[in-house]
Parts: sequence; C-alpha cells; structure tokens
Amino acid sequence: MSQKLVDSLQREFGTDILAVDSPRGDESVTVAPERLLDVLGHLRCAGCEQLSDVVGVDHPDRAERFELVYLLRSYADNERVQVKVNVAEDAPVPSAAGVYRSANWAEREVYDLLGVPFSGHPDLRRLLCHHEFEGHALRKDYPIEQGQECARPEKLFTDEDIARAAERANDLVSDPDDVHDELHPSDLLTVNIGPSHPATHGALRAEVLLDGENILEARTEIGYIHRCFEKEAEDHTWAQVMPYTDRLNYCSAMLNNSIYAMAVEKTIGVEATPRAQAIRVIVSELSRIIDHLVCVCANLVDIGALTNYWYLYNVRESIYETLEKLCGSRLTTNYARIGGMSHDLFDGFDAEVRTKLDEMDVGNADVMKLIARNRIFLDRTVDVGVISQEDALSWGYTGPCLRATGLAYDLRKLAPYSGYENYDFDIPTGTNGDTHDRIMVRMAEMVQSRSIILQALDKLPDGPLNIDDNSVVLPPKESVYGSIEGVMNQFKLVYEGIQVPAGRGYGFGEGANGELGYYCVSDGTGHPYRLKVRPPCFPIFSSYAELVRGGMIPDAIATLGSLNIIAGELDR
Amino acid sequence: MEAMYAFFMDTAGMDEMAAHITVAVIMATIMFIVMALCAIIFTWMERKVAGFLQSRYGPMRTGRWHGWAQAVADMLKILGKEDIIPAEADKPYFIFAPLLVLLGSLLAWAAIPWAPGFVAADLDLGLFYIFAVTSLVVLGILMAGWASNNKWALYGAARGAAQMVSYEIPLLLATIPVVLYTGSLNTQDIVIAQQGGVLNWFVFRDPFLFIAFWMYFIASIAETNRGPFDMPETESELVAGYHTEYTGMRFAFFFLAEYANLFLVSMIAVMVFLGGWWSPIPGLDFAPAACFVVKGVLMVFLNMWVRWTLPRVRVDQLMHLCWKVMIPVTLVCVVGAGIWMMASGAVG
Repeated sequence: MSQKLVDSLQREFGTDILAVDSPRGDESVTVAPERLLDVLGHLRCAGCEQLSDVVGVDHPDRAERFELVYLLRSYADNERVQVKVNVAEDAPVPSAAGVYRSANWAEREVYDLLGVPFSGHPDLRRLLCHHEFEGHALRKDYPIEQGQECARPEKLFTDEDIARAAERANDLVSDPDDVHDELHPSDLLTVNIGPSHPATHGALRAEVLLDGENILEARTEIGYIHRCFEKEAEDHTWAQVMPYTDRLNYCSAMLNNSIYAMAVEKTIGVEATPRAQAIRVIVSELSRIIDHLVCVCANLVDIGALTNYWYLYNVRESIYETLEKLCGSRLTTNYARIGGMSHDLFDGFDAEVRTKLDEMDVGNADVMKLIARNRIFLDRTVDVGVISQEDALSWGYTGPCLRATGLAYDLRKLAPYSGYENYDFDIPTGTNGDTHDRIMVRMAEMVQSRSIILQALDKLPDGPLNIDDNSVVLPPKESVYGSIEGVMNQFKLVYEGIQVPAGRGYGFGEGANGELGYYCVSDGTGHPYRLKVRPPCFPIFSSYAELVRGGMIPDAIATLGSLNIIAGELDR
Repeated sequence: MEAMYAFFMDTAGMDEMAAHITVAVIMATIMFIVMALCAIIFTWMERKVAGFLQSRYGPMRTGRWHGWAQAVADMLKILGKEDIIPAEADKPYFIFAPLLVLLGSLLAWAAIPWAPGFVAADLDLGLFYIFAVTSLVVLGILMAGWASNNKWALYGAARGAAQMVSYEIPLLLATIPVVLYTGSLNTQDIVIAQQGGVLNWFVFRDPFLFIAFWMYFIASIAETNRGPFDMPETESELVAGYHTEYTGMRFAFFFLAEYANLFLVSMIAVMVFLGGWWSPIPGLDFAPAACFVVKGVLMVFLNMWVRWTLPRVRVDQLMHLCWKVMIPVTLVCVVGAGIWMMASGAVG
C-alpha cells in the first residue's frame, strides 16, 4: 500500500533504514533514534501530512527496552507508513513536536505512561496521570493493582506566565497614539473552565487567562477519568477487552466494539463473515448518528439554543430503544465479537430501524429550520474556532472536524473495511473549518449514514454470522454439550482466551469523531501484550488551547462543543 | 381608590394621614401577594410553555392536573434549603443584594394601572418613576456578583450591569413617542388615551410606534435578563452567573424577581402600547382588570416563546445590537413619530 514511501526512504537513507517489514500489510521501517527526525522530516516532505499517533511498547527483556511506533498518514496519496525506533531505558528520543504538532501530546503520553524521555520537547509533563504520580503505569514491571492517591491540583499558570502574557498583550498594541491602558498582571484573571463546568460535558479542564472577556491564553489538563484502559487490557484476554471498549467513547459504543473486533481479526488474520460485516455497518452507522446527535445538540445547548436538544435527543432516545432491544443495554452495548457478533438481529429489526430513521429526518429537519438561517446562530458559530486545513492535519485532526476544513477524507471511502466499498454515499465537507461547518458536516453526515443503513438493510446477506473457526469464536452450545471437541474449544477459549498469533496489527476505522484505531501487539499468550487505542478526540483536544486563544469565553464554549470531546476516550 | 379613602375617612373616622397610610399598607400587601402569586404561576407556565415547545410535557404529577402544584412544591422545597453564605463572601452585601433586586421590581409595580382608577400610586411621573426604580435591579445584581467573591459571579455581574444599563436607553427611548402622543407621563392618562378599540392602541397608531413597540419588546427581554439575552446567567458559560453562590431563600428572591420583572415589563408594554385595560373591540370593557392581565400574560407567553426558540447572543454582539442598532432606530422612531403627529394633525 505504501511501497512508494518505503522505497523513497530506502533511496534517501540507505543503510540507516535498519529493517523493513509489513506485518498484516502495515508497511513499517525501523530506524535508529538519532535518524528519527530526519526520516520524519523526509516523510513530511514526501506527503505524510499527519502523525496519527505514537505507540510505545515495553519489552523489559530486551536491551533496547522501548519500542516506539510512529503512525504516519499521507492524505494526498492515501498512504500509511509506520516508523519504528528502539531505545534503551532512559535514553532520550528526539522529539518530533517540531515536525508534527500532534507529536506534542502523543509524546507526553508515552513519557507519562512508559517513562521514555524526549529531548527537545517543548513541554514534557505528565499528561494522563496526575502530576504527583510516581512510576510509569504501562511499564510491565508496574503492578496493575498498585493505586496511588494524588489529590493536589496543579496550577497551570504561574505568576511569571501571567506577567509574560500581560507583556505580550501590551506589545501587540503597536500604535503609539493608542490610548489603550497598559495591562498589568493584576488586571488579568485566571479562570478554570472545568473540570466540573456545565459546558465541558465530562471531566476536562481548561484554565484560561482573561483580559475582560478575552482569552489571552489557555492551557488544558486532561486525565480526570484516566483509568489506564490499556493496562487493564493487558490483564484480560482479547475477548474480555470488548466490554471495556464500550466505555471509551460512550456515545458510540457500537463503533468501538466493531472496530476493536476488526483490529483483533486483522491481527489474527481472519475476516468477519459478510453478514457480520453488514450488521456491523448498520449498528455502527446507527451509533454514528447517535454520536452526531449528541454532539450537535450539546453544542447547541452550549450556545443557548436549548430547545433543539429535545428535537435531537428524542431521536437518540428512540434509536437507543432499538439498540437496547438488540443487545440489552443502551450505552454499554458489547455487541460485536472477535470473528462475528454476539448474536443475530431480532425479528422486525429492519422495519424498526426504518421508522427510527424517519424520526431522525423529522428531528433534523426541525432543528435545521431553527438554526440554518438563524442570525444569532450564524453570528455565534461562523468564524468561531477556525482551524486551517494544514493546521488541522498537523494537529492530527480526523473525521468531521477535518472534513469541516474542506478535505474530503473518510476512511470508509478511502480505506474501506467491513464492506463499506459496496455502499454508495458521499463525503460531506465544509469550507471554513469553523464551528458552523463542524455542526453542518455532522448534520449532513447523518443523512449519509441513513442512506448507508438503508442500503445495508436492503442487501443484508444471509449466511453464517460468525466465522467457522472455533479457535476464535465460541462453538455453538449443542456442540459444547454434544462433542468432546466442542467442550475443549469452549474451555480453551474461556480459560486461555483467543490465541492471537504473535505479531502486530493496526486496525482502524472511521469512528464518529475521526480515526479510531487499535494497535494490537500479541505475544501469542491469549492476552494482549500491548493494546494502544488511538482515540480521535485526543489529538483534537490537544489543539484546543490554540483554537480559543484570542477569542472570548462564549467562543471557547461554542468551540469546545463542536469538537466533540468525549472524556471517556480522551483519558482512557 | 377614592372609594377606599372615603371609606376610611368617613366610615372609619380616620384623619387624612392615617387613611393614606392604611391605604398604602393595604395596596402594598396586595401588590406583594399578587407579585408572589405571579412568580409562582409564571414558573409553572414557563415550564409548561417550554415543555410544549420542546415536544415534552413539563411537570405532570404534582397536584394531578398538569402538575399545577409544582411551583408551590418548589417554593416549599426552597424554603427548607440550607442557607449558605461563602466564607469569603462580603456578608452584608451578599445578604442585601437579593432584597435590592426584589425591591427594584416591587416598587415599580406600584404605578401599574390595573383598571380605571385602580392604581396603587397614581403618580404624574408614573412612567418615569417605573424606569427609575427598576434601575435598582442592576445595583442588586452588581452587588450580588461582587459580594459572592467568585470569578464566575463577578463576570455575570459585570455583564449584567453593562447589559442592563445599555438596554435601559432603547427601552426608555421606545416609550417616548407614546409620551409625545399623550403629553403625560401619568400611567392612567397613557391608557385613557388609547380608548376606542384596537386601532387606537398606540402600537397601531403609526408605523414608527409599531417599530418602537418591537424595539421595546427586544429591550425588555434584555432588561429581564432572559434568553437570548441572559448574559448575567449564561448557564453554559458562567456556570450560573451572578447567583452562582446563592442558595435557598436568597436564591428564591432572585427567581421571584426575575418573574416579577418579566410580568412588569409585559404590563408596561400592555399599558404603553397595547391599550392597557381597554378591550380590542370598543364598548366591551366590562372587565378592565381582567383584560389588562390577559394581555400581560400573552406578552409573557411571547417572551417565553422567544426565550425557548433562539440561541444566546454573544456578549459583544449584544452590545453591538444595543448601541449600533437599537438606539439609532429608536431615535429615528422618536423623531418620526413627532413628524407623523404634526403631519396627521394629532398634536394635542
């Protein structure tokens, strides 16, 4: 897929490319840490606009203990490549924050959870764990049951920061005739937006430095509901991780389920049956609709248009009823299974979904009537929280927030999975990359999701739901009770877990808010050796401080809503 | 009123001073009870209207019929709440602020002409008096925000003060054409001048008055701090604005004042533009007070309708709207209405 990039690297760097391999079709090159920045810089020039994520893997038995995997993506050529470096403990890795902005938080996360130091990083602090936390949770030698109590809050702005900000603001007033009063540090006010604030919709914190209503500077702090999902995953079998994925983006659990199942299937080297794939498409798109509904209506509530909330939430509620009927719960669906689905659709699912989609049309039409040409709504959202396409790519934006800048990139279309290539749909885009476009892109995507669901329902294939491989999928009950082979399979799957062959695979799909990926590393024991989630809103939120700087408090609130930050997957 | 004076002076044998005081106490008590009742009824109404607009029911259980007792239950609940004064708050001001806010709207109620001759304070400067005393509300809000010693509350208070002081100007300017027509600031006179059916109501007298009415309506929403102009509260931005730190009965005072104010501005609209106690069809004026109240409630409904339809404006856009749009437009209305009066020969 990305042979071209690998070839160009080999031409350029020759023997500095220590190894090339392609586990499960993911091209990857290994380089020495000191050549990392050159390689990344070269790739950036060669068209890789985005660093999706940095994955750190701990191998305590190796001399070069830590393995870092940089996931890169080229949008122009629709290609992906992984760059690997191996480093010894305490050996610093040059920071890529100067090449890709998304590296800033990605490296902080690696530093926080694995303790890999990065040289030249602008702000190397802990990110997900508390600043007083000791040790590094994702290291293999950190005991999983060891909790730590950390209570003292961190002040994000020191007095020097405030003084510097005041000075900068004074410097900006260049006109000597301007009778603008000099700002003193005491004129500025720091205010915490969050962790418990009506507009954060989850526990996140942004501390803003205010001159009146204007935000001079903002700083963000996350990790309030960090529970180290990735460490928990290492303590469970592959199948047992499924319910945990529900809690990542709790607004679209079905998407998390399906993409997780897909990622593990990719690592095993199997593919779900056509029927399971079609069902995944249907429930994923329903989930995407729910997620977009929640995001849009929460955003509208934040800008004071409270009534729209009910028009959209009633639809969401109604779709949740169907999902509850399907899998027994509304939020924590736990429906997909590695190699198939937990169970088939219920009778009458088809007709029920069609009615729900019609309800969605009515709800969305009502909301569009209220907002589409509403002067106040436009004044509040147009040109608020603007991000350019180039910046969005560098920050690691994906999904609706990236499409709002005008880039028609959708993994369902350009890296199709689960049979998305068989459905006919468009990629809605915006032009301006502002709050208004993000809302409108989501509204338009719901229409596309509706069309995908209807197509999938029309040609839902018959045939088996689960793959015919009892080393992956639990055997049917008759077989368990009726044959020794069935009993053994059941026993081995439940007690030892799915024996995912040693290796790695990066499975990803279009989550509701962008690229949702799982980087799976297996050592063949039945437990994940390392499972890294690439949550779409993590890189997006890393740009929040930049987005709101220079705006006003109401703009910051409107922008936050439109980014769709879900603390569950942000903090993991 | 005259009947009451006559009763106390002649039948009960009081001297003039005593009769004045007695009547004042009685009227003040009636006003306060009516105001409290209004607040209770309007909270229930707000919830039902909001429910109606948001495809849900609102309260349905308390008191069986459409949850009519919900507001009463809420009031009782709020009476039993713990009264918290933050340790760092400026105590005397913190305590006094809600009273001042309530006082501002309560005082204004005195000059409302409910029916011919039935007005608590029949002042020659009635309209002027109303706008003067409602300014106290700003003071109360500013005091509450400052005394709370909370940054969000301070922001709410600062926004509230800026907003209410600004919007008082178009609010006042919009009523000036009516004063030109009547030649009086007495609230009774203003209503009496609108006798003779719907076409004689000031709102339909001339195009400038029609515009002035809508300017008044918009400014009155801002004066009552309700959506889309609820800057001092802005639930999603400032947590709860100036009353973030208030609990229990003190919070209830703000709540009471909001609805008292809402009804007050609606009644002023009815009095100044919508014919006061006169019925739309001439000659059907058998229940003037009821007619006045019904019109007032309709205006309240309109206010709620707007609140639950529009998003909130941003604080700088709010100021832009006031200073760069509404004040010029109302000024044009004042001049235009004057010219119209002269041209149509209505100069009194």
